[in-house]
Amino acid sequence: MEGFFGQYGGAYVAETLIRNLEELYGEYERIKDEEDFREEISQLLKNFVGRPTPISALHRITAELGGAKIYLKREDLTHTGAHKINNALAQAVLAKRMGKTRIVAETGAGQHGVAVATACSLLGMTCVVYMGAVDAERQAPNVQRMKLLGAELHLVHSGQKTLKDAISEAIRDWITNVEDTHYLLGSAVGPHPFPNMVRDFQSVIGEEAREQILEAEGRLPDYVIACVGGGSNSIGMFNAFLDDADVKLVGVQAAGEGLESGKHASPLLKGTHGIIQGSLTYMLQDEDGQILETHSIAPGLDYPGAGPQHSYLKDTGRVEYTSVNDREALMAFEELCRKEGILPALESSHAVAYALKLVSQLPKDALVLVNLSGRGDKDLSQAIAALEQLKNAEVLV
Amino acid sequence: MSRIDQMFARLREQGECALIPYIPVGYPTVEGSESLIRTIAESGADLIELGVPYADPLADGPTIQEASLKAVSNGVNLKSCIAMVRTLRDKGLETPIVLMGYCNSFLAYGLDNLADDAKEAGIDGFIIPDLPSTMAKPYVEIFEARGLKNIFFLAPTTSEAREAAVVEQGQGFLYCISVTGVTGERKSLPAELRDFIHQARQVTTLPLAVGFGISNEEHVREVSEYADGAIVGSALINVIKQSEPHEIEAKAGEFIRTLKQATRKAATPI
Repeated sequence: MEGFFGQYGGAYVAETLIRNLEELYGEYERIKDEEDFREEISQLLKNFVGRPTPISALHRITAELGGAKIYLKREDLTHTGAHKINNALAQAVLAKRMGKTRIVAETGAGQHGVAVATACSLLGMTCVVYMGAVDAERQAPNVQRMKLLGAELHLVHSGQKTLKDAISEAIRDWITNVEDTHYLLGSAVGPHPFPNMVRDFQSVIGEEAREQILEAEGRLPDYVIACVGGGSNSIGMFNAFLDDADVKLVGVQAAGEGLESGKHASPLLKGTHGIIQGSLTYMLQDEDGQILETHSIAPGLDYPGAGPQHSYLKDTGRVEYTSVNDREALMAFEELCRKEGILPALESSHAVAYALKLVSQLPKDALVLVNLSGRGDKDLSQAIAALEQLKNAEVLV
Repeated sequence: MSRIDQMFARLREQGECALIPYIPVGYPTVEGSESLIRTIAESGADLIELGVPYADPLADGPTIQEASLKAVSNGVNLKSCIAMVRTLRDKGLETPIVLMGYCNSFLAYGLDNLADDAKEAGIDGFIIPDLPSTMAKPYVEIFEARGLKNIFFLAPTTSEAREAAVVEQGQGFLYCISVTGVTGERKSLPAELRDFIHQARQVTTLPLAVGFGISNEEHVREVSEYADGAIVGSALINVIKQSEPHEIEAKAGEFIRTLKQATRKAATPI
């Protein structure tokens, strides 16, 4: 059935929205392969975003761990500092071609919000961003950037005041303003066609990386690793490798304070089937189907559902899903700064942390590709405070 | 003939529009809920839309979000909603009752169990705002096997092609969403509403009930001129919210009586 990955996906939304989703799907299918649309996107990605982003080998860490070779795909080097811009620009161009003048978006870490505000500024569209009040507090620099870029920012005070609540408010806005508004969803979640569309617009990550590593090493990597919240950077990375049976794909979720503590954001490891924000997928819920609170130091991973394609890839076994806790992510954050001169986002630090654990168990000639989905400037104050707390606690022990 | 069909047939003969109040189970309190629902029924509700509390109600505005969350934190779940209907039926209430809730509450309960338990309790059907007709088939098959109705929606944005598909699957009545947007009180009803209902009337004989934004007796009177049902949710919740605990039932009852009176002045629907 259309819009499903196996049993996952669908469009469980209010009747009012169906016309917009059908219109979006129809227009996307019509426009996506048109020469001038593809050309416009690829020009923007090259001349505005700065693509292709490079891959960087981690020489010092590799030497120190004495294990496999690690490459990072440097999405942190895109304009605005995270992979989110790939999808934001492409969807904004699509929306403009559809005659929409107003964009609404949600944001968690603020990276998607900044990317959307940037795209709207570039294309001359009205931009409205919903952000959970808690996230706004822990990602203050991005709040300022969005405002500076001309976005109208609405803080969301309902629920847990994080990403899920911001998505709900953005959807409510869209239901109300169906005529002139496009909802620019930033993750590979939500109702059909968003999971497909976001994957397609992010696939440039994996396509470039696959070519680059072939050129650098003459072969495909043994492992490809990416962090998974809703799952847009990971699906964008994995998509190019899905048919390469010898390449192991690993999705890293946020274990927060530990999977057993209940304070985590790992629906693909601890979740059950349910419908969240328009699609059927693995989600964190109680026995009554109420969505559970999530915990992660990385706001971009702090979400109770996974994109429906990830649920499918979990069941088929094509991708292995695992998790990394707050502490491990923070250590990787610091390690990458100290030893490789790269400041990663806390979200991406989860993927790096898993790679660091993995390589010491791999033979020397193994090859690991990690998607560094964003840069960590936004996380500085929170990460530094958390690292100090961590070190003080460990001194006491 | 089901309770819902009988009710609409009777009102059609009398030239009346159905008054359909929405109230979440366990709101504002668990203890007072049964008595409040009965008061609403006895004050003139023709069908009751009982809300299954959900903490993330995507189609609802602030008023129902808050009420729904309150009921969730009061500990109400789908099981207690079904038990509530069983109690009301045991005590002789015959007003048609449909459960209004979000997909995930029903999925978590299990659709087969839900249909069995709902039928046994005396529930007449379901209104599921995040289940559009395109996704509804598995649900409808299970509900229909027990004689339970799934109420479908028409929105101002529903295309003609979709309208035909919705009408074809429709049962009981069609829930016509008055405006693009979420639930909540509004100052006036949209000017296009009358045409929207007339247009729907051309393609179906099912009763047409209007919801979203119906806030007072003037709105109910207006809707009664051209529709078969008026659904009132947020406005009732606001009456309850603004009442002292001891006067909630009296105020809610009075509000329902006033609205019901407004449905009686209707011209005979076509």
